[in-house]
Amino acid sequence: MSLSDAFRKGQCAFMPYVCCGDPSAEFTLKLVKTLVQSGADAIEFGIPFSDPIADGKTIQAASQRALAGGITPGKALFVLAKVRKSGVCVPIAVMTYYNILFSAGLGKMLAKIKRAGADGLIVPDVPLGESAPLRRACRIAGLELVLFATPNSSDARLRKIAAATSGFIYAVSVLGTTGARSNVSPQALQLVKRAKQASAMPLAVGFGISLPSHVRAFRKAGADGVIVGSGIVNIYARHIPGGKINERLALSDVARFAKGMVNICHCKRR
Amino acid sequence: MIKMKKYFGKYGGQFVPEALVGPLAELERAFATDGKSKSFQRELDSLLKNYAGRPTPLYFARRLTSHEGGAKIYLKREDLLHTGAHKINNAIGQALLAKRMGKTRLIAETGAGQHGVATATAAALFGMECEIYMGSVDAARQAQNVYRMRLLGARVSIVDSGSRTLKDAVNEAMRDYCASFASTHYIIGSALGPHPYPSIVAVFQSVIGREARKQIVAAEGRLPDFAVACVGGGSNAIGLFAPFLQDDVKMFGVEAGGDGKRHAARLTGNGRRGVLHGMMTYLLENADGQISETHSISAGLDYPAVGPQHSSLSDSGRVKYVSASDSEALSAFHLLSEKEGIIPALESAHAVAFAIKLAKKAGKGKSIIVNLSGRGDKDLEHVARTEGGKGT
Repeated sequence: MSLSDAFRKGQCAFMPYVCCGDPSAEFTLKLVKTLVQSGADAIEFGIPFSDPIADGKTIQAASQRALAGGITPGKALFVLAKVRKSGVCVPIAVMTYYNILFSAGLGKMLAKIKRAGADGLIVPDVPLGESAPLRRACRIAGLELVLFATPNSSDARLRKIAAATSGFIYAVSVLGTTGARSNVSPQALQLVKRAKQASAMPLAVGFGISLPSHVRAFRKAGADGVIVGSGIVNIYARHIPGGKINERLALSDVARFAKGMVNICHCKRR
Repeated sequence: MIKMKKYFGKYGGQFVPEALVGPLAELERAFATDGKSKSFQRELDSLLKNYAGRPTPLYFARRLTSHEGGAKIYLKREDLLHTGAHKINNAIGQALLAKRMGKTRLIAETGAGQHGVATATAAALFGMECEIYMGSVDAARQAQNVYRMRLLGARVSIVDSGSRTLKDAVNEAMRDYCASFASTHYIIGSALGPHPYPSIVAVFQSVIGREARKQIVAAEGRLPDFAVACVGGGSNAIGLFAPFLQDDVKMFGVEAGGDGKRHAARLTGNGRRGVLHGMMTYLLENADGQISETHSISAGLDYPAVGPQHSSLSDSGRVKYVSASDSEALSAFHLLSEKEGIIPALESAHAVAFAIKLAKKAGKGKSIIVNLSGRGDKDLEHVARTEGGKGT
């Protein structure tokens, strides 16, 4: 399985993000299964880091709940392996920050991530210029390393990013951190168009996407996928009032949201 | 001028989200061109002289020296600067650069509040908008500095994530910068963060060492035997050390040894190589790579990472890193107050504590420059509270 498989079906793929361990490992397992049953084409599987500088308030809070609940990179990979064992076979990219990988030793950690069942890796604090050691280690481990592009990446830089990324280009739709936004910026739509012109590499848009109207706009601009993180966390976090989650309500709300997004993503392109 | 390097040996780099790659390149270009122009230097020199109070004296601490009975101790009096610490050197330098880059808003992180106050001051001076990020734990400890920043017209945003201290304030300032760079310059307060910040801060702070070098030669007829400075992120230390790196001067960076159990000793404790706040450097983390919460009696040294140039200088052995405990720093705080009538910042008191030991060991005929990076007014309440009934 390759990450790009999810984005080459001629439709817009729906790739939700989960923060492993928020609020418990058991819930994450159920959440991933629910998302896949609702039609998700791929999963971004987050291993929480204490200092997530690319993330806004929603995912910061999710990471903190997960860490407070005792999640570790080792436990998170155990959850990932369980996800695979439970029959989930869509492409999965692990998302974490560089220090989590570096601290454990790149080669060792990447091999573990691969063994747990991941196809790729997303590391938001490693831009193109610092990516060489990580790309080398990913090649050895057999993981695809996804690089980011942002509205302020120049055309020349977009071409370099497209040449160096694997799986897909992660196009960031906002200048700033993750977190639900109300509108889609013209610069973001422009980025999708520019990136599609720069290369044939599939492209998924993330950061700030939570509404059907966002998905429609990016689909129309040519995106091969959308990534939704904070939007989903916001839905289930409503059901964690006193630290304990009401799983039944949380999962049924997430399923309803995910099915709605999948319907928009998968309807035939005109 | 120090040459701009992306890496100091294995350390440094630019580990940032893609959105910041462009703005950091813009900053590097502005610094390398406008920042090195004669007109920029003239304007900066004039502000440092007439507004901040440079040059600062190099003061021979006669009574402290005779009390210790060893090497001559000289104090580089950064505590006498406007706003009370060396932070203003960098804040004015970067604010001037930002102004010339056409930015209208300044943001900064702050721990103890000294860098926040310096940035708020620079923003007032240049008529720029200003927002300071400060952890809620620090804001409670340093309420007076919060008021001071607001008085200067800055907005103080209290950060409630993570450990609610300096490292979380840096996270929040970086998140702001990711979204606001078109109008905003982020003034990092120490010689840390992604390239080119460590180099820029080192250049703006190296005025300390350049002055000290001339002053010690005038006083002693030769270079000092030793230079000593405390190291949080490491800006006052690199500012003193940089102009002496090619000379036969032994240098010591003093980290926060804390209370025995908890500390902020990255280079002398159990720090490991890792990536935080845009840089590869030594940092304190748990076995999984999650960043540790640190402790020091001085908020300015209470930080889990260290500027990348210090990591490199530590590996090469050019600078030796040592630590002073909370209680050693407190003793030095009292000693300098009583013997010289100078109340040092608790951060600087760590440097004084080590220098006293060094002076005894080195013996007569040697000389030491200690960077007295800030004054202790901000710490009076904290010290009084810490010592409780023990104080006099």
